[in-house]
Amino acid sequence: MATVAIPRAPSKGITLPRDPALLVPLAGAGILVYLAVLPLIMLVVGSFQAEVAPREFIYTLKNYQHAYASEYTYSTFANSLIFASGSAGLGFILGTMLAWLTERTNTPLRGIFVPLAVVPLILPGVLESIAWIFLLSPKFGYLNVWLQSLFGLKAAPFNVFSLPGMIWVHSVGQVPLAFLLMVAAFKSMDPSLEESAMMSGAGTWQTFRRVTLRLLMPTAGSVLLILFVRTLESFEAPALIGIPARIYVYTSEIYLAFNEYPPDYGRGGALAVGLLLLSAIGVWLYTRATKEGKKFQTVTGKAFRPRQFDLGRWRWVGFGFLTVYFLFVVLLPFLVLLWASFLPFFAAPSWDALQKLSLDNYRYLHGFRPFWDAMTNSIILATLTATIAMVLTSLVAWIVYKSRLPGAWLLDFLAFVPITIPGIVMGMALILLYVAFPVPIYGTIWVLLIAYVTRFIPYGMRAASGSILQIHSELEEAAAASGASWWETFLRVTLPLLRPGFAAGWIYICIVSFREFSTSVLLATGESRVLSILLFTMFEQGQVTVVAAIGVLMIATLLAIVGIFYKITGRIGLQN
Amino acid sequence: MIEVKSLTKIFADGDQAGVKAVNDISFTVEEGRFYTLLGPSGCGKTTTLRCIAGLEKADHGEILVAGKKVYSASDGAFVPAYRRPIGMVFQSYAIWPHLTVFENVAFPLRVGKQRFGGADIKKKVGHALEQVELSGYEERMATQLSGGQQQRLALARALVREPQVLLLDEPLSNLDAKLRERMRFELRELQRRLRITTLYVTHDQIEALSMSNVIAVMNSGVIVQEGAPREVYLQPKTKFVANFIGSTNQMTGRVSRLDGNGIGAVTTEDGEISCQVLDGLGVGSSVVVVIRPESINLLQHKPAGGANVIEGKIGAAMFLGEYLDCAVELGSHMLQTHQRYTLQVRRGDPVWVELPAAECMALPAE
Repeated sequence: MATVAIPRAPSKGITLPRDPALLVPLAGAGILVYLAVLPLIMLVVGSFQAEVAPREFIYTLKNYQHAYASEYTYSTFANSLIFASGSAGLGFILGTMLAWLTERTNTPLRGIFVPLAVVPLILPGVLESIAWIFLLSPKFGYLNVWLQSLFGLKAAPFNVFSLPGMIWVHSVGQVPLAFLLMVAAFKSMDPSLEESAMMSGAGTWQTFRRVTLRLLMPTAGSVLLILFVRTLESFEAPALIGIPARIYVYTSEIYLAFNEYPPDYGRGGALAVGLLLLSAIGVWLYTRATKEGKKFQTVTGKAFRPRQFDLGRWRWVGFGFLTVYFLFVVLLPFLVLLWASFLPFFAAPSWDALQKLSLDNYRYLHGFRPFWDAMTNSIILATLTATIAMVLTSLVAWIVYKSRLPGAWLLDFLAFVPITIPGIVMGMALILLYVAFPVPIYGTIWVLLIAYVTRFIPYGMRAASGSILQIHSELEEAAAASGASWWETFLRVTLPLLRPGFAAGWIYICIVSFREFSTSVLLATGESRVLSILLFTMFEQGQVTVVAAIGVLMIATLLAIVGIFYKITGRIGLQN
Repeated sequence: MIEVKSLTKIFADGDQAGVKAVNDISFTVEEGRFYTLLGPSGCGKTTTLRCIAGLEKADHGEILVAGKKVYSASDGAFVPAYRRPIGMVFQSYAIWPHLTVFENVAFPLRVGKQRFGGADIKKKVGHALEQVELSGYEERMATQLSGGQQQRLALARALVREPQVLLLDEPLSNLDAKLRERMRFELRELQRRLRITTLYVTHDQIEALSMSNVIAVMNSGVIVQEGAPREVYLQPKTKFVANFIGSTNQMTGRVSRLDGNGIGAVTTEDGEISCQVLDGLGVGSSVVVVIRPESINLLQHKPAGGANVIEGKIGAAMFLGEYLDCAVELGSHMLQTHQRYTLQVRRGDPVWVELPAAECMALPAE
């Protein structure tokens, strides 16, 4: 029988370095600091620096002066705020309507609308913006052209190149997230809480107002906040719609500072610090709101059958709303991209245009090197990011929730930090870091890999910790009591039990990496260009129908990835 | 087979000095015995078991399993759980949901120092499953088993390595009442047949009384009484033990007389009661006299003579099927008694309670 010496009481806390239970968390903390904290430090330092990567550090406040005391300061701030709150509000209202109609009412055919509501997740933000420009551009937008000819209007009724246009396009992209979060909230609501209100004499409306609504309030607050922060951090609509329309928000200001000649890294850094602060405040409020929400939590692990509201004749109104939403908001963007991809030049659907349809754009892409390079880069980055992030977060989650080591909470915190870093700020920070550091990865896809992994660690943490928490610690202790060592237990029991969470996190990170835009826009150059950036530059150059074809292929690739993933996980029995 | 010496386990409680979950306890489990740690939740029984298993590291003391030192604070020895000759059944059974029944049981044979060949594994797993009557279920996924079957599967897994010690952590608490009763019986039969040294942790007095050779009653991290089931039930040494095991009536008073041989009398509000007096109590000590409800006789007519007879009247009578739960009002308080259901009484009827002196115990009041 082996005996292992353990330190005596006085040296408590210092275990043998050979112990995997201590080496692993130390390595984890090191990696997380390198990924999440170092870039932020460089960003803050850089924003106070007179020039980038100088021999010596020259402190200056000029960057902040340039960034926050210009004539645009106020309008940028106001635009950002209007964009973020408008988009959060609209996305929330639409998402909640969809969730309520499909979960809690007797709207006809509501069941088939549930999977449809999540479909837009497959549409990358850049394509969402492009599709809506196709539809709502004042010059050639299909909807405008039709409405004008239908009603004999002189001017286009919609102009996507406006603040409301940006809000519309971005919020439509956010609806699936709001929908999913609100469905979860509706589902977890114990119906007996409402039933007891009715038994106390409250009518349908009173029950809804005094119980249902109150119970939903904390969740609603946190959903609004997360939508607000995500809009603030987004760059798709601000780049494709905002910049041509000269409506600037924080993310586009950072991008423009970087794209000036010569690039003004200092001003960009100072703006990025401001955006970082705003988003950090948002996230802080969000975590507070969700903690507040836990007090209201009615989830008990029991499967409820939520009470359904009988809408009476109004249920056909609900049905109409759902139908219109899915035809015009979900389906139309896909159709318009598909249509445009077969056109030699952009034209409204007509008999004339129908005869010009061809596969020319796809033929062109077939021999177009940059497209294949970007496709390869995107696929490599998506799969590598997902794999690395999930392996890392599985270990970190195990340490945080299972090891009972002192300081485990610090790892949890470090893994959460990236959620506050907007994509474009991440890009800015990594530029400042790797321009100054003698690591030759700037301009390669490896800097993108680092950026993606860092940004998506919080998503991986959520997936991994969810399943780690579900693993009853007795399952691992039983392995120890059966004679299995730490590694044997981790490999034979913990990892296999983690698989469902691992797989779910993997596919999610794979998708978001594949469609990533706001970080890549500063970091992907030349050979390291990814698909979303290729779309952006070619759209700016005016090759809109080729862009549509790239978009169609991009969506097809995403669908293929998801399809293959489900086939594999289905075979090894990961789905319930 | 298991020796625990001055074991202490402290749990950090924020910045506080820490809570002593187990406070300097010592006991020995002889080979082949069924030893039970019994106590309310939070008394330290599970912590003690986990220290013996090696899932927790104690802070002071020494633990020997099968004659070998597995933990010692004085020389820093600590054998990790997976190197100890133990089998353990957990409260949640801890059946691995990603493995079949066969693979669950085979797991202990596939890991650790001593590995087995395929044929050996098959034979041993088959034997273990046979012992718990799960033969034929090998290829099922473990999650498809019912609660009782999962419990037996956990037992098979704990036994398959032929450990020298079997540790059971409230294994029956997740079963429904009927099944629990049957498993109590089966578990005891299996233990007697295999003659495996067993340490059992429970808060259920019936489990403890029905299965054990020896019971140690724990409270607040210490063992308050150790003994055979009969002894612990019939001769509790403290008020806590009397209250925790079974239901008890208590009458406060002072020792008025000592007759030697542990016999004496106590003066209570309801008169003098002859009873057993715990060693070490002198005349004048303040005590409680405890007596079990089923020890009390109820008489509907005043008896001719005899000691320990008190007059009262029926406060309430509840028919519970097996017996009649009869509360008797004695002046200021109530006595709970269990009577045969043939007794015909109504509220307010005058009765005489007879307290057999041999079954009344005077214990220290505090």
